[in-house]
Amino acid sequence: MSIMQHNGGSVIAMVGKDCVAIASDLRLGVQSLSISSNFEKIFPVTERLYVGFPGLATDVTTLREVFRYRVNMYTIKEERAIEPTIFTQLVSSTLYERRFGPYFIEPVIAGLQKTPSGSYEPFIAATDLIGCINFAKDFVVAGTASEKLFGVAEGLWEPGLEPEDLFETISQTLMNAVDRDAFSGWGAIVHVITKDKVITRKLKGRMD
Amino acid sequence: MATAGGGAYSYSLTVFSPSGKLVQIEHALAAVSSGTTSLGIKASNGIVIATEKKTSSILIDDSVIEKVAVICPNIGIVYSGMGPDFRVLVSRARKSAQAYWKIHGEYPPTKVLTQELANVVQQATQSGGVRPYGVSLLVAGWDSHRGPTLYQVDPSGSFWAWKASAIGKNMVNAKTFLEKRYNDDISLEDAIHTALLTLKEGFEGQMTEKTIEIGVVTVPSQGELEAGKVEGTGRYKPTFRKLTEEEIRDYLAL
Repeated sequence: MSIMQHNGGSVIAMVGKDCVAIASDLRLGVQSLSISSNFEKIFPVTERLYVGFPGLATDVTTLREVFRYRVNMYTIKEERAIEPTIFTQLVSSTLYERRFGPYFIEPVIAGLQKTPSGSYEPFIAATDLIGCINFAKDFVVAGTASEKLFGVAEGLWEPGLEPEDLFETISQTLMNAVDRDAFSGWGAIVHVITKDKVITRKLKGRMD
Repeated sequence: MATAGGGAYSYSLTVFSPSGKLVQIEHALAAVSSGTTSLGIKASNGIVIATEKKTSSILIDDSVIEKVAVICPNIGIVYSGMGPDFRVLVSRARKSAQAYWKIHGEYPPTKVLTQELANVVQQATQSGGVRPYGVSLLVAGWDSHRGPTLYQVDPSGSFWAWKASAIGKNMVNAKTFLEKRYNDDISLEDAIHTALLTLKEGFEGQMTEKTIEIGVVTVPSQGELEAGKVEGTGRYKPTFRKLTEEEIRDYLAL
C-alpha cells in the first residue's frame, strides 16, 4: 500500500460568507490498526490562518516544525503577520525543495486574507505532496477519504454560508465521508475562522 | 615556499585601530565622498532618486552608462562612489529579489532588500582578503506593508531610512539645501523639481538629460491595488521606473 495511506487521516476546508472552515478527523493508525483517536493534523499559523497536514504522521510533525520555524523567521524579519497567499507560496516552495524525495503530506490551507482596503476575504488552497497549488473558490479536500469528501462536499456545499451553517456543512461532509473510509474517522475537529474569532469544536463520530 | 596559511596577510584587511576605528571603512567613506552626488527625496505620493552622470571625456558614449538601477518592479537604487562595486551590488540585489520571489511569490519589501544588501556590504568589512565596498547606496521602493520608503546603505553596512538625503561629493551642501526645502506633504512632481534644483547647486557644467539620471517610485492608487494584476500580463504594475531622456528634458525645461 502507498505510504500516503500508511497512517490514514483526512482534511477538508470550505469557504463561507466572510469566513472559512477547516476540519479533520483525529485518527492515527498503522495500516488497519488504529492507535490514537486524538491525533490533530490542523495547526494555527496566525490568528486568521490555519494549515492541515494529512498524510504520513512523522511528516506531519516534521512539517509543523519546519513551518513554525519559517513563519517565525518571516514574522520577525518582515515585522508583519504572514498572509494566506504568501504562506501558500511558502508551503509550495518548501515542498518543491524536496521534489525528488518528498514529504508525504498534502497540505490544506484556510484563512482570511487582508485586502488593500483593510477588510478580510476568505482564502482556501491545497497542494499536492510536491507543492502544486490548487486555489479553490468553494472547498478543497485531501487525505485517505479525499474521494468520498469530494462527493459529499459536492452535494452539501453552497455559496454564502454563515459561520454556523458552514460549521454544520463541513461537519456533516467530514463525518459522512470518513464513515466510508477505513483509514479516517475516530472523531473530528472543526475550526471556523471569522474576522474576530476562531470557533473550534471537537466532534465524536463512529468509534469503530 | 610561502608560509602555510599566509601568515599575517591572511587576516582581514580591516583591523581595529587602537582608538577603536576601522580606518579601511573611513577610507571607503572617503571614496564615496569623492564620488558624484546622488540624492533621494520621499514625497507624499512617491519617491525620487537622482544622480549626476558625468563623463571624464566627451568621447565616452554616455548612453550605455547606468547609475540608477532597477532591482525588481518595486525597488530601484542609485549610488555614489565606485562604479564597479555598484555593479556587483546591483547583481547581488537582483539575485536576492528573484530568490525572494521564488519562495514567496512576490517581490521583497524595501526594508528586507535593503537589509540583505547591507549584510553583503557588512560582510566585506569582516572577511579576509577583501576590501570594503566603496559605495553608498540610496534604495527607494514601495511595498504594501510600509508604503514608499527610502534607505541609505553605507560601506560599513549600516543603513537608515530617510525622508530626504544626499550622498557623494556635495552631500553636506545638498543635505542643507534639502533640509530648507523639505516638507512632509511635498508632492512627487515638486520633489522631482527639488531634486533637480539640489543637483544643480553643485553641478559643474551643463545639466542636461544626458548628464543626469532619475528614478521614481509611484504609490499605486487604491483602485490599482484592488484591481491586482494587470490583465494580459499576469504581473502587478511596476511601482519603480527610470525616467526616459525625453521626460527628464521636459522636467529640465520647466
